[in-house]
Amino acid sequence: MEGADDLSLQALTLARSLGEARPVRIEGPYAPSAWAAALVGAAGADDIVGPGSDRGNEVLAHVAAQLDLPFAANVTDVAGEEVTRIRWGGTLLEEARIHAERRLLTAAPFAFEATAGPVQAQALVPNLGDAATVVEHLAPETGGGISLSAAKVVVSGGRGVGSAEGFAILEELAGLLDAAVGCSRVVTSAGWRPHADQVGQTGTKVSPDLYIACGISGATQHIAGCKGAKKLLAINDDPEATIFGHADYAVIGNLHEVVPAITAELRKARGA
Amino acid sequence: MVLTDDGQALQTRHLGFTISPHEECGVEEAVRIVEAQGGEVVALTLGPAEAEDQLRECMALGADRAIHLVSDEQWDAQGTAAAIVEAVRAAQSEDAAPFDLIVFGNESADAGNYQVGIRVAYGLGLPVVTGVKGLTVSEGRARCEQEAAGGRDVYDVPLPAVVTVKEGLNLPRYPSVPAKLRANRKPIDARAVAPPAPRLEQLRLVVPEGQGKQAEVLGHGPQAAPAVVEVLQRLGVA
Repeated sequence: MEGADDLSLQALTLARSLGEARPVRIEGPYAPSAWAAALVGAAGADDIVGPGSDRGNEVLAHVAAQLDLPFAANVTDVAGEEVTRIRWGGTLLEEARIHAERRLLTAAPFAFEATAGPVQAQALVPNLGDAATVVEHLAPETGGGISLSAAKVVVSGGRGVGSAEGFAILEELAGLLDAAVGCSRVVTSAGWRPHADQVGQTGTKVSPDLYIACGISGATQHIAGCKGAKKLLAINDDPEATIFGHADYAVIGNLHEVVPAITAELRKARGA
Repeated sequence: MVLTDDGQALQTRHLGFTISPHEECGVEEAVRIVEAQGGEVVALTLGPAEAEDQLRECMALGADRAIHLVSDEQWDAQGTAAAIVEAVRAAQSEDAAPFDLIVFGNESADAGNYQVGIRVAYGLGLPVVTGVKGLTVSEGRARCEQEAAGGRDVYDVPLPAVVTVKEGLNLPRYPSVPAKLRANRKPIDARAVAPPAPRLEQLRLVVPEGQGKQAEVLGHGPQAAPAVVEVLQRLGVA
């Protein structure tokens, strides 16, 4: 739908599992209601499948509202009129039944293999009319440093860090590892770090090779944001902390002692 | 996560409820607009009797009054949107004044349907902008910044309008004790509602496999540092 991006190619895999699929590509400025109307016009009486991206879910919700049909967002499996879809940011699944003659679905990110290209897609040009449309694009604020979503390593702090200043030791370790610094929701709510640094269901979802969680208890809200990490190292002084149930490696101890010790050991190992 | 025996809900006996992050920011934003420009903030929820606590939280943040659509039953997104449309229409006809701005969380923390705000906009015939992380209301228009790949997309829509917002739009205040006490005296218009037959019917909830890992303990305290560095080297990130 948005060109051949990966989530769209995953959605195409889901669509093909339902029957013969007709991929379409929508052209022109983004205008969700107009894009939805173009899709509705092109689909006839067929099912409509989109990617589980912000835009995919938005356009399909407009389609559903225009057709007054149910819409199942972020499905991981479909069998006839029964679907499985993600809830609580993917920490829980829901099995549901669609009561309608047509299925409107988005594919949960990374639940399906991407269809191998190239894909021939029919181009749709929506009639913008008076649809709400994008009038301006603002470039990202340059925070400098490594972006959370692209980082190979994320060093993240939670309530246990204790203050904005407490992040200095995490910044130092992150600097050595070319890592991005993240945090939990407690930290942004307290104003210690900006919301852009928040890893979680309502923050950024990360997928680094290694996620180092320092003084983070492991609330569902946070796990939803870091469960894409290949490996998770948790440092926490509470051996009962929930985060250890999601971790590959554990250090039980006070992060204010452990993190500087790791930094020093790393420098030693590098012979600095 | 622990489910109830029938697999229809989370076991919440030992948990508390709170406003979800997106919605909390939505209430905060509405209160800030009214503080700056005048007007009134009305909080609305659909949920069981216990949801009154969250409405009190909204009023402690600064909402003037609340509407509580009371129901213990399962609602799908279509049914929820229809009930909200009806409640908004009723409130507007009682006050003989339309709401200038109707604010939703972009998606609920639990169900993640991504659609109730959009359906309400269609039901009321209003423009809608979703995923809003920056909002300026002036001269009968709303300038909305939506997070998008590589920055933000800006929309400019006439009021009245529906916006669905995301956490990060603002940093919600901590309500003061006097604000909480005042909230207890603010009015809630509670009315019982019943859901239509669901068209996306929840059959059961399932905890996905693979939760509950056994972590390898690298050590206790700073003495664990050499073992940690070994792991960093093994993973190729040192």
